[in-house]
Amino acid sequence: MARLTVAKTYKLYLGGAFPRSESGRTYQVHDTKGSLMANAALASRKDARNAVVAARSGLAKWAGATPYNRGQVLYRVAEMLEARQGELVDLIVRSRGVKAAEARAEVDAAVDRVVHFAGWTDKLSAVFGGANAVSGPYFSYSAPEPTGVVAVAASSASPLLPLVGAVLPVLAGGNTVVVVASQDDPTVAVTFAEVLATSDVPAGVVNVLTGDRAEIMPWLASHGDVNGLDLSGVPADERVELERAAADTVKRVHAPRREPDWAAVPGTARLRAFLEIKTVWHPVGAVSLAGGSSY
Amino acid sequence: MTPPSPVSTAADASALRSAVGLGGTDASLRTFLHGLPAVDPVGVEARAAQLATRSIKKDTKRALIDLAISMVDLTTLEGADTPGKVRNLCRKAVQPDREVEGTPSTAAVCVYPDMVAVAKEALAGTGVKVASVATAFPAGRSSLEVKLADTRLAVEAGADEVDMVIDRGAFLAGDYARVLDQVEQVKAACGDARLKVILETGELATYDNVRRASWLALLGGADFIKTSTGKISPAATLPVTHVMLQAVRDLHDLTGAQRAVKPAGGIRTTKDAIAYLVAVHEVAGPQWLDPHWFRFGASGVVNDLLLQRRTQAQGHYSGPRYVSVD
Amino acid sequence: MDLSYAPAPESAAIAAIAPRYQMFVEGAFVDGGGDDLTSVNPATGETLTTVSTASTADVDRAVKAARKAFDGPWSRMGGAERGKYLFRIARAIAERSRELAVAESLDNGKPIRETRDFDVPTAAQHFFHHAGWADKLGHLGLGPAPRPLGVAGQVIPWNFPLLMAAWKIAPALAAGNTVVLKPAETTPVTALLLAQIIADAELPAGVVNIVPGAGDVGSAIVNHPGVDKVAFTGSTPVGKRIQSELAGTGKKLTLELGGKGANIVFADAAIDQAVEGIVGGIFFNQGQVCCAGSRLLVQESVADEVLDKLKKRVETLRVGDPLDKNTDVGAVNSQMQHDKITRLTQVGADEGATVWTSSCPLPEKGWFVAPTIFTDATASMRVAREEIFGPVLTTLTFRTPEEALAKANNTPYGLSAGVWTEKGSRAMGVAAGLKAGVVWDNTFNKFDPTASFGGYGESGFGREGGTAGMAAYLDTDDEGAL
Repeated sequence: MARLTVAKTYKLYLGGAFPRSESGRTYQVHDTKGSLMANAALASRKDARNAVVAARSGLAKWAGATPYNRGQVLYRVAEMLEARQGELVDLIVRSRGVKAAEARAEVDAAVDRVVHFAGWTDKLSAVFGGANAVSGPYFSYSAPEPTGVVAVAASSASPLLPLVGAVLPVLAGGNTVVVVASQDDPTVAVTFAEVLATSDVPAGVVNVLTGDRAEIMPWLASHGDVNGLDLSGVPADERVELERAAADTVKRVHAPRREPDWAAVPGTARLRAFLEIKTVWHPVGAVSLAGGSSY
Repeated sequence: MTPPSPVSTAADASALRSAVGLGGTDASLRTFLHGLPAVDPVGVEARAAQLATRSIKKDTKRALIDLAISMVDLTTLEGADTPGKVRNLCRKAVQPDREVEGTPSTAAVCVYPDMVAVAKEALAGTGVKVASVATAFPAGRSSLEVKLADTRLAVEAGADEVDMVIDRGAFLAGDYARVLDQVEQVKAACGDARLKVILETGELATYDNVRRASWLALLGGADFIKTSTGKISPAATLPVTHVMLQAVRDLHDLTGAQRAVKPAGGIRTTKDAIAYLVAVHEVAGPQWLDPHWFRFGASGVVNDLLLQRRTQAQGHYSGPRYVSVD
Repeated sequence: MDLSYAPAPESAAIAAIAPRYQMFVEGAFVDGGGDDLTSVNPATGETLTTVSTASTADVDRAVKAARKAFDGPWSRMGGAERGKYLFRIARAIAERSRELAVAESLDNGKPIRETRDFDVPTAAQHFFHHAGWADKLGHLGLGPAPRPLGVAGQVIPWNFPLLMAAWKIAPALAAGNTVVLKPAETTPVTALLLAQIIADAELPAGVVNIVPGAGDVGSAIVNHPGVDKVAFTGSTPVGKRIQSELAGTGKKLTLELGGKGANIVFADAAIDQAVEGIVGGIFFNQGQVCCAGSRLLVQESVADEVLDKLKKRVETLRVGDPLDKNTDVGAVNSQMQHDKITRLTQVGADEGATVWTSSCPLPEKGWFVAPTIFTDATASMRVAREEIFGPVLTTLTFRTPEEALAKANNTPYGLSAGVWTEKGSRAMGVAAGLKAGVVWDNTFNKFDPTASFGGYGESGFGREGGTAGMAAYLDTDDEGAL
């Protein structure tokens, strides 16, 4: 008789921990053959609220880390993701019914994507900021800073790469994230959360909600302590209400007009979407009165 | 114009020092001077430049031209000074423009100590003061004994005002007590003569130093703080004068005592002079707009003021041939 | 000596204000279908001129003209040629600077000193700076070939009418877009003078269209389906409404909204310059500046000294005829603004803050507000939280740098802040901690086309100036996102 497998319960990832939904709700996830893959947590609006609190509390440490340190941590994510390749391939195969080679290609691409963004952290200031050649006796520079707490609705185009492709640029900029995973693929999303949890990513920096996007997103879109929204995973017809809610607190909204080509080399739009450019001015005085007036 | 209404000037230097909470030690002097708010150079220069864009027209311009003339310390400080040159200058000081009625006299004539007697005689009964530089002017590099003797020479010859120089070397070396002591002793040697203390701001290098030296001079008993000897470039500038006007304003706010300011050197045109007077008005206050409380150390500016005065009075431009060279 | 400066007025005749102005659509000055608006000189309350306004149909025509120009000559033209048009405009603004300065002062109420020394030269500088980008878009750091978005719909406020038009039009054109711009209802004149300059510069018809009118015209522009990009500068409530209206449309939006900037004075500041910075921060342009330093946060140990010096300094501000070259504070822009400032000032007094106003005499006519300072205010008072947009400063105190930062960031806004300290590490540290798009260390209200300007939070998003300002007018993306 075959051994009975031990099924895993897929829970939420909030503030560095894996709690059940506070509502106690779960939903069943089936594979393409109709077999039960797992029970996943069906996140509630209160879970969303808790996720925002966790993301806010994680912000100071993550935004305050040196870019080098952020890069190292994200690179560690790539290492840990690589190590979980087999598990993720299995989950993708079951969840989507794709061939192993295709699932493997997706995981490989996701690992490479993490590496790509790990390398961005200490380049942002050079590429999107710099010294401003102002016409006056001032040193003026502009530098990008994280927007803050960003809510991401992950695209369900495939289980892993869109999730990684949306979350990593937000993280690279120093933001913290509340991500609503693809409803069909919570097992992949929570496995990715486990990767994060074991990769030196501080608690609260990424928070993963599984469940019904349509139920959760409005609470995040209208939340006063959420600074940005990535609506990549929200179909065009569902965006209007979310964007209207976002307008109440002037959130930054990233809403690509078409499904991004997640496999392509990323541009910088996703990075820039959740960066605030801060400009600082400081007087530059002559070192001697003999130099005459600056004016 | 209303007559001046000077506020209290009675406080002597030791009273001022106790009013600002200064103890008797060198350390407390240093603590006080270094505790003064810093001066941001770009900020003070921006403010001075902006204030200099004031557009002074018509009656105000006429009034300020006359006021400026009446504030000039008409100066000759040359090795080649002769009694004849000094007497000419004195006549110019009393009646800068004989051909235009109502032209005010300048405030003073400023000479070396050995020319004081000549000037005193030439100016007797005119109300124009005699000022003398002293204290081994302009470098000040001599013994205190010599500086005091120099001062007494000027005062005994009849100087109404003495323009001393501070020991910039001592100041830059941080020996503030030495600077203070010299100001105090020269002040004592001045008797009734008013003491102008020349900071030689062009050698102090920073606005912070200008502020500290201003306070040091004021706390030593200066009646005036003066920018420059005229022998060093840069001489007076607007932003430096702003810093010095702030010092006398702050001293007044703190103690009620009013002290005077004299920029010297580099003021050549009527426009320059008016920019300074606007600064006096808006930085220190209207009560400083009086020859007792503000002077220009200059010579060339007088003729430009006279030409402008003629333009205002006659309605057409005049030329340098129409006013006397000295 | 009691010195009162003789009047030194610039001549209103220099502006040669016409009795009526028309809209500028498709390269021609034409009457619009809307009712004429009356622009009033805020310093006198008298009519300055009348201006033809756009109807919805006119907006449609302007957008179509802009589209035609975009599809036609403007996108076919090389960047270098496009840039030369912008250089032409920059030069023409400089050449007509005196006229523009007087017109701006008459229409807006701001002092001629500011229009002459700031608004007009900075407007020219914006065109000059952006002109040079037109053939260098590949060097912006936005990928090898960023593309223009198409038609930009732009709505600007009344506080810097010409300068805001320059801030909007120059980068839009440099990036290769065409423009439909609505000047503010109360200050349309200099935008229409700029239209004349643009016409004289022989820009292809329809590249720039100026459609005067009220909020309904602005709404017609931003909601027009032919508009690809919307740029708005104005109040936060209107900005929120625009963001909401554009929900789901995919139009690229940048918002430059309100603020309640903190100006933080530490005990070790260069006090005299800090006082100047406080004055410039709140009384520049009668305080009608989105990035005004309207919240003074002063360290308790120097609060009395700073406030004493500040009040003495404010007493020297000359309030009056905006055309007088010696006027420091002119008229606020409208009766409505005057009433709003007065009302909020009363609220501050009712809430228990101590009100101090300059004793300066105010002109009998026109909308003038004496410089006002609230002391004994607390962080929860409306005057400490709401944007007053007038010459009204609210003062709070703090004890530690941490408290200063917490109070400075305690606002939904995040546009500007000032830091006054002689300690370099503190200046840098506090600047880093401030949630504000622009931080001025030991200075205030400095602007430059090379330096990005824009807000955090409810002060809006997107930047103007610098490379980030150019990015706001370019489709740089890899995934159809904006």
